Amino acid sequence: MATETVKRKTDIGPPHYEKFLPPIIKKNYGKWKHHEIVKPGVLMHVAESGDKLFSVRAATPRLASTKTLRLFADLADKFSGGHLRYTSRNNVEFLVTDEKQIEPLIARLKTEGYPVGGTGPSITNIVHTQGWVHCHSAASDASGVVKSVMDELFPHFEKMDLPAKLRIAFACCLNMCGAVHCSDISILGLHRRPPKVNHAALPKMCEIPTTVASCPTGAIRPKTVDGKQTVEIIEEQCMYCANCFTVCPAITLADAENDGCSIWVGGKVSNARHEPMFSKLAIPFLPNNPPRWPEVVAAVKNIVEVYAKNARKYERMGEWIERIGWPRFFRLADIPFTKFHIDDFKHAGEYYRRSAHIKHMPEA
Amino acid sequence: MADKKRSTPKLDELEKGPWPSFVKEMKQAAEKSATAADALGILERSYNDKIGHWKHGGIVGVKGYGGGVIGRYNDIPQDFPDVAEFHTVRVNQPAGWFYTSDALRKLCDIWERHGSGLTNMHGSTGDIVFLGTKTPELEPIFSELTEAGFDLGGSGSDMRTPSCCCGMARCEWACYDTMGLTYDLTMHYQDELHRPAFPYKFKIKAAGCPNDCVASVARADLSIIGTWRDNIQMNKDAVAACATGGKVDIGKDVVAKCPSKCMDWDGKNLSIDNGNCVRCMHCINVMPKALAPGKDRGATILVGSKAPIIEGALLSAVMVPFLKLEAPYSDLKELIGAMWELWGEHGKNRERIGEFIQRVGLGNFLEQIGLEPVPEMVTQPRTNPYIFYDVKK
Ligand code: SF4
Ligand code: SF4
Ligand code: SF4
Ligand code: SF4
Repeated sequence: MATETVKRKTDIGPPHYEKFLPPIIKKNYGKWKHHEIVKPGVLMHVAESGDKLFSVRAATPRLASTKTLRLFADLADKFSGGHLRYTSRNNVEFLVTDEKQIEPLIARLKTEGYPVGGTGPSITNIVHTQGWVHCHSAASDASGVVKSVMDELFPHFEKMDLPAKLRIAFACCLNMCGAVHCSDISILGLHRRPPKVNHAALPKMCEIPTTVASCPTGAIRPKTVDGKQTVEIIEEQCMYCANCFTVCPAITLADAENDGCSIWVGGKVSNARHEPMFSKLAIPFLPNNPPRWPEVVAAVKNIVEVYAKNARKYERMGEWIERIGWPRFFRLADIPFTKFHIDDFKHAGEYYRRSAHIKHMPEA
Repeated sequence: MADKKRSTPKLDELEKGPWPSFVKEMKQAAEKSATAADALGILERSYNDKIGHWKHGGIVGVKGYGGGVIGRYNDIPQDFPDVAEFHTVRVNQPAGWFYTSDALRKLCDIWERHGSGLTNMHGSTGDIVFLGTKTPELEPIFSELTEAGFDLGGSGSDMRTPSCCCGMARCEWACYDTMGLTYDLTMHYQDELHRPAFPYKFKIKAAGCPNDCVASVARADLSIIGTWRDNIQMNKDAVAACATGGKVDIGKDVVAKCPSKCMDWDGKNLSIDNGNCVRCMHCINVMPKALAPGKDRGATILVGSKAPIIEGALLSAVMVPFLKLEAPYSDLKELIGAMWELWGEHGKNRERIGEFIQRVGLGNFLEQIGLEPVPEMVTQPRTNPYIFYDVKK
């Protein structure tokens, strides 16, 4: 039998989502009436037709083996008619129509190590980036920090015991693949030393004008070393942004002792009540201390606890801090305020207080 | 392959504790794949050295595409030869991230045949991420994917894979069909998705309502956020039930938290001054049975959010306060086309559209793409009196 050459297909796009929707969704598409959280991790959506859909939400580590995906597929076959979806925060949701399946599914997920929760006023999965698992730019690992932090905050995933939802995000460098800059708490890996230039490799690997142009602060200029065209970095002008490294691999930034994490607070993306806002700097630097990053874990836990104790119902981290003011936040959380907290880049000056509106506190 | 065990005492620590462990996942994959085993080994090395061991590599990909694959190599290949190449394949996810068990298994089959068996469900942009394979596997992966009805997502300076919330599939608050729109745009712009030709990346995210479950306002160059123009729908009986239900204190939890101070509650009647409502969703979120978005629905179109690289982080800014979003979405496509043309021609290398708008000025940008300025686009008019008048006009 002659083998037929199959025509190579391109630009077919993703499969149409309709192929993967459960019948209850096809039937009630655009005709949902209301929903409620039945218990932590279980949503019930009720359609105008009276149909009820239960979504059982379980945590996944984002970095998942195919073995686990197959397990989820098997669980979906057993409990939810073969239907499941993922959330934007890397949770998996089983789309259950038979109410009796909910408890056995939850129990099974728990035994397999994928606990159910993350709905309502809780802490759900931390969105995060690649870290040392895969990225060239990482100033910290992502998965390890996230695992360590979530192990500690785990009770807040399973219970809905916070004033409002609390979103945590992690990015391992200022590229911020996860755009973590608008989270209640962001953990952000950063470099703190100017990059080193490999003068032998640079001429072969990089275009000099592109490299020079890549620097937002103009810290890079052309230089001749051993008769070869390369670049030098004016160290005082460098803010360790890694932009040069992204265009020129012969420039490296990783530094075992000086790389680490910073903590930012009070951002949000939803429009509910307060407009979306950026996270602001709480802690400029904490060391990389694998495998469990105890300093980062303790710092995040402290901020969560101070928030949980002091914020009012429905108040997100940023709304709470706005109400009490930043001086009070730093005092309550017992975090030192330093010169690094004051912006000196593009937005410098925008946040200087230019009034006498100060919530004075009696001498401690 | 399975005998290729390496000692990973540091990572083993991360198998403990209640949160799902990525180390357990990596070990599962390592049982079948030498690539995954070496990935585990090199990660342990990073945990000891406190630096990463990956280099960004040359351009790899599949024939005819400029995006979808991220080349990755390590800097100690002599120690970890099976991850000397460790490329990532981005697979365009189905809109809303819905799967059948069969579809998931099909993806697993392909990835176990040709890669490490490690995945991200999903990457930051929304793609299914296959983590770790070698150059010769790329074409086979691609042809098996397309055979199974899947295609690659974006990377580099192209339109990145659009993504969205589950919208009308499950959410009563969806003000337009997020999944329908996302699928439509993805199909319409296949060329822009697969063949990078922009100054830099361009991300699209579609959220069905102002709750913005996909963080579009912070994570997309084009943020499409559902909203409505008419009055919030109110079910008086449900309001009364809410008032006596004991779970919600309408005065304290709803009215006092309304950012526009446009609600009134006298203990019996709830009234809303809809003309002053900013459509924030708070009252609807708290009283989902009593309140709902209006019936005249569409979306606010915002442009330009991005992470700090290069000129600092931005949130998206309002470009069209309200747009009806109905298939075939011609006005939206016209707007996208006009923006791409201007930015494509005048944007600098690696300049996101948000930065471009900051550089040329929103007023000039609007003029160039043919949009009228309206006060909804700003929080206030300028205070700075140095105005560039059009002296030539
Ligand atoms: S945030 Fe930076 S280090 Fe982390 S995955 Fe993205 S580019 Fe890589
Ligand atoms: S790290 Fe950033 S600031 Fe420093 S030299 Fe490179 S591009 Fe310039
Ligand atoms: S963004 Fe709005 S419509 Fe979409 S899932 Fe979230 S709440 Fe529902
Ligand atoms: S949607 Fe927001 S602004 Fe409008 S009435 Fe409700 S709480 Fe007030």
